This record gives sequence, structure tokens and C-alpha cells, in this order.
Amino acid sequence: MYSKDGENYFIVDAHIALWDARPENQRNIHGKQFIDCFYDYHRNLSPESEQWTYDEYLYQGGERLMKDLFTDGYVDHAIFQPAYLGEFYHRGFGQTEEAYGLAAANPDRLTYNHCFDPRQGEAGLDQLRADHERMGFQGVKLYTAEWHGESRGYKLSDPWTYRYFEECRKLGIRNIHVHKGPTIRPLDRDAFDVSDVDHAASDFTDLNFIVEHVGLPRLEDFCWIATQEPNVHGGLAVAMPFMHSRPRYFAQIIGELIYWIGEDRIQFSSDYALWTPRWLVERFVDFQIPEDMTEYAQLTTAQKKKILGLNAAKMYGIPVPAELQIPDAAETATGPRQPERADLASAR
Amino acid sequence: MTTAPLEAPLDAHPDAHLGAEPPAGVVTDDVVRRSLHTVLDPELDEPITELGFVRSVRVARGAVDAGATVEVHLRLPTSFCSPNFAYLMASDSKDAISAIPGVGTVIVELDDHHDSGLINAGLAADAGYRGTFRHEAEDSLDELRGTFRRKAHTAAMERCLTGLLRADRDLPEEELGRVRLGDLPAGREKDALLRRRSALGLPGDDGAPVLVDAEGRTYPEEAVPLALRRARSTRISIDGNAHFCRGLLRTRYEGSGTDQAFRPEGSEPADQHGLLNLTVKGPHS
Repeated sequence: MYSKDGENYFIVDAHIALWDARPENQRNIHGKQFIDCFYDYHRNLSPESEQWTYDEYLYQGGERLMKDLFTDGYVDHAIFQPAYLGEFYHRGFGQTEEAYGLAAANPDRLTYNHCFDPRQGEAGLDQLRADHERMGFQGVKLYTAEWHGESRGYKLSDPWTYRYFEECRKLGIRNIHVHKGPTIRPLDRDAFDVSDVDHAASDFTDLNFIVEHVGLPRLEDFCWIATQEPNVHGGLAVAMPFMHSRPRYFAQIIGELIYWIGEDRIQFSSDYALWTPRWLVERFVDFQIPEDMTEYAQLTTAQKKKILGLNAAKMYGIPVPAELQIPDAAETATGPRQPERADLASAR
Repeated sequence: MTTAPLEAPLDAHPDAHLGAEPPAGVVTDDVVRRSLHTVLDPELDEPITELGFVRSVRVARGAVDAGATVEVHLRLPTSFCSPNFAYLMASDSKDAISAIPGVGTVIVELDDHHDSGLINAGLAADAGYRGTFRHEAEDSLDELRGTFRRKAHTAAMERCLTGLLRADRDLPEEELGRVRLGDLPAGREKDALLRRRSALGLPGDDGAPVLVDAEGRTYPEEAVPLALRRARSTRISIDGNAHFCRGLLRTRYEGSGTDQAFRPEGSEPADQHGLLNLTVKGPHS
């Protein structure tokens, strides 16, 4: 929990990883390039005081993770969202067993989400059933730009992905986190295209689709889809640290999200270990839309509380003390929210 | 390339900062850079020269009949920048340089990208997009180009119309559907909009309505505020991504910031501190 100015915030870090990108695990040059790219994000967007050395960045381990998140970082609960990346790393990038083991040992603090790749066909479906039997997860993280043999990506709207969603439905896996952000593949289309989320969300209305990185840099496409599909949510991974390096840009992102999808469907995350949560939580609580940006209403404390934890807690059934709960906003299920507040007209 | 001095009107003469015109037929570094200035990052809607994506230019004079050999190296903000964008900028660069009179051989290489080998081999063989990426490239790049051309227009339109709203606080949003090109104040934002309209084949006369989609269709009055809001989110995406990519390039390649021209769209107060040698003036001041 984080407390500031007499207000208490229940914090859920909805997108974290326990990765191993050390040279002995790198399978090829792409494994090095991948972690180097993450490290550039880290260096580019973090305050100097929060920057790690390259060696620290390659691997953290469970002990360090627990410290960064829970001892230092105010986090009440965190959710693993693993990227496997088996073409880049011998034992995968996200460390399944280590993360699952850590979550199993700390069930009140950590939730383990799994991942699947629909290109593994029937064998992958069997694996998903077996993994779910053993680990009992409620959610999965899908990295649609993952390489797999000759293929460099897939879409949520592919027939095989639908087979997997049908299986998720049967198993009770309700939360589908999708990486839609800075990306690499597929090649033949706009690689950031989020329209496949639209198809899947329309056909699987009983599943939640959480678009990580809020579709950046396709914010407008994401917002338009999320406005029409009540089961589409936005994850703030990678968007959060812009509070430091580009606060006016961050203000516009959060302003747009509140306008288009509303305060109940936005989730905070540090994207650990890309960034640590401590400074992000502190800054978000202090953050405000600049006054000259009259096209957006000011952020309320209730909105910040929902984004920082209550929204993800609700989706995952994470217990929240009664005094920290906030009721849902009285907003429409679809269409823009609070147009009368978030509008140039309102500022005149 | 050095940073564009902002004493020159922004955007008005994009080549003004390059050297004086050399004698016809002589291929110099400046001539090559001038041609590269026409190559845009489709997503960011900016010349690759201003983004700092041009790592080096080398001109070797060959025999008079053979023409000069030009070797250009490009670099991008991450190894994992989308390969279709990377290919597009690299092949556009090769086309632009090949069109210079007096140029014989053109070598364009993309450095440090996860598909450098594939792309450089494809460019060397003039294999085209499909020939380069084979089974992964099912469509041509025209659709992708078209998408970003439309987005660039949307963003330019929103900048102009939001400018009007901020200048006249009594102007209702619904009225923006009636604004004509002739109502927009002259300046770089209007110039930018006219260029983007021209790329889409939209009319540029004073009587043409400003708030139109990529096909030139206007919006009914009640749909105008929502159309503006959607356009705004497009503009935010482009501005934000442009600054993210520029920042990542500077992080990845030390010193590359000096190769980047100042981008006023979406800039933050802090941006100007990093560029102390620049005096930012208003449009056409």
C-alpha cells in the first residue's frame, strides 16, 4: 500500500516478469538485441537515479524481485505476464518455473499468468491443459510477434488462436493479455495493428482482453476498439515512465484513455524489470494534467486509485480491504466517457 | 548532417540548411543528403535526415562515364524496429539516390538491425519487397504507405483546427466542420496540411473544407466533435512516437542527437534545454 496526503492506495502491478537474458541463455544475436532494446528503453525513459547497470539488468532473480516490488515498491500484489521467446533464448526469456514457484510460495502477493502459442497446434492445446491443471492460472500473456520456426508472428483472429480461446473458456482462463506495442512482426501488415483484438473481443465477449502498452504507438486504434468493446482493457506497461521523460505526452495518453475507455478499464504496471514500481507509483500519485491542456479534465484521486490497483484487483479477484474500495463510475459500457468534462468546450 | 538552424522559417525551405547548389552533374555529399531529405519515415512523417537515421554518406568519384559510387549507411532506434518500415526507408533511399544525375552505383546498407542481412541482400539484388522477405511478405507496401499518409493528414488537420479553437475560445467545436482552407492562418501548420492533402489528392483551394476524411468527405455537424477527438488521438500517437524514437536513437548511438532537427510538434519544455544553440521562433517570424 502507498499512502500520501492522507490517502491510501492499494497497488497492483499488473505486468511483471522474471526474466533471464544472461549471455549463457542467449541462443543467438537476437537474444542479445532483444535485451539491449529493453535496456535502451530503460535508459531512455528512467530518471538517472533509477537506472541500473547492464549486468543488473540481464537477470534479477526472485529475491531481488520481491525486494524491488514489495519491500521498496509499495506493491500489494503483482501479476506475472511472461514472454517465452524460445527462438531467442535457450531456456526462454520469461522463467516459467522460477516465476511459478515464487508465486506458489507467495500466493497473497503474486499471481502467475501463463503463455501459449497457437502455432503449436494440438500439442500446444494438450500442453495448455496440462499446465493449467498444474498451475491453475486465470490469465495468459500472448506475444503475437513471437518468432516460431518460419513464422514471425500470428494474429488473435487466426483460426488456431480461436481454438485456444475456446479452450481458455472451458478451463476458466478469462484474462487474455496481449502485447500490442513496440514490436517486430508480423511483416506483411502494419505490425502494431490492433484490429485482431477487435475480432477476438467481439467473438469472445466472456473473456477480458487487456491490451498491454495501450496499443502505443497506435493509441487511436486501440481507443476506438476499446470504446466499442466493453471487454477490452488498457495496460499501461511502457506508457508509465513517460511521466518522467515526457510528462505532457503522458498527460495526453491518460487524458485520451479516460475519455475513450473510462477510469474502470485502465491498469497500472511497472513492466518490471523494465522499470521498478517505486518511483512510478510515487510520481503517478503526484501526477496531474498540465493546466494549459484544457482539453482534458484533471485526474481525480479516485481515478488514480482505480488505475493503480483496484481495476486489476477486481479482474483477478484479489482481496482489497473494504475501506480502500471504490464503486464503479456511472459510465456507459460503450462510447466515449464524460464527453462533457473532457472537452475543450468545458474549459471556456 | 547538422541540426537545422531555426532562424530559417521552419518547414518552408527544408533544404535551406544544406550547402550551396553545386555545379550540375557533380555528385557531392550534400547532393546525396538533399535527395535523402525526400525520404520519410512513413510512421513518423518526418525526413530520415531530420530523424538522424542517416549514419554516413560516402561519395567516390568513378570514371566519367561510369558515374559516382554512393554508399549510404542507415541506422534505426532499435534492432527491432519494424522490418517493413526499415525496408521501405532503405529502398526509398536507394531509389532517391539512383535518380541523381551522375550517380552510377548505389549501395544502401541498414546497420545493426535484426534483419540487416536480409534487407541489405535484398537491396543489393534489387529484389523488391516480396523478393526480400519471401513468404513473409504477402502484400505490397502500398497499403502500409497509404495508411500512414492518411494518418499524417489526420494529424496535420487536427493541429490546424485545435489551433483555431485555442485562438478563439468562443468558437464551438461543432463549427469546425465549416472551416475552409482560406480561414486558416498562414504558417507552417497550414503548409504541412496542404502538403499532406496534396499527397492524398485532396483539393488545396481556399474554399475547400478542412475537416475531411482521406477521401475528402465532410462530416455532419453532430459528428464533428467526435471526428476531432479521433483525429487528436492520431496526432498524439504520431507526436509521441516521434519523440520516443528520437530519444531511443540518442540512447543507442551516442552523439546522434546532433544529427536530429528540432521537431516542434509534440515537443516538451525540456526538449529545448537539450538544444541550447537553437533559438525557437514562431512560424514565419
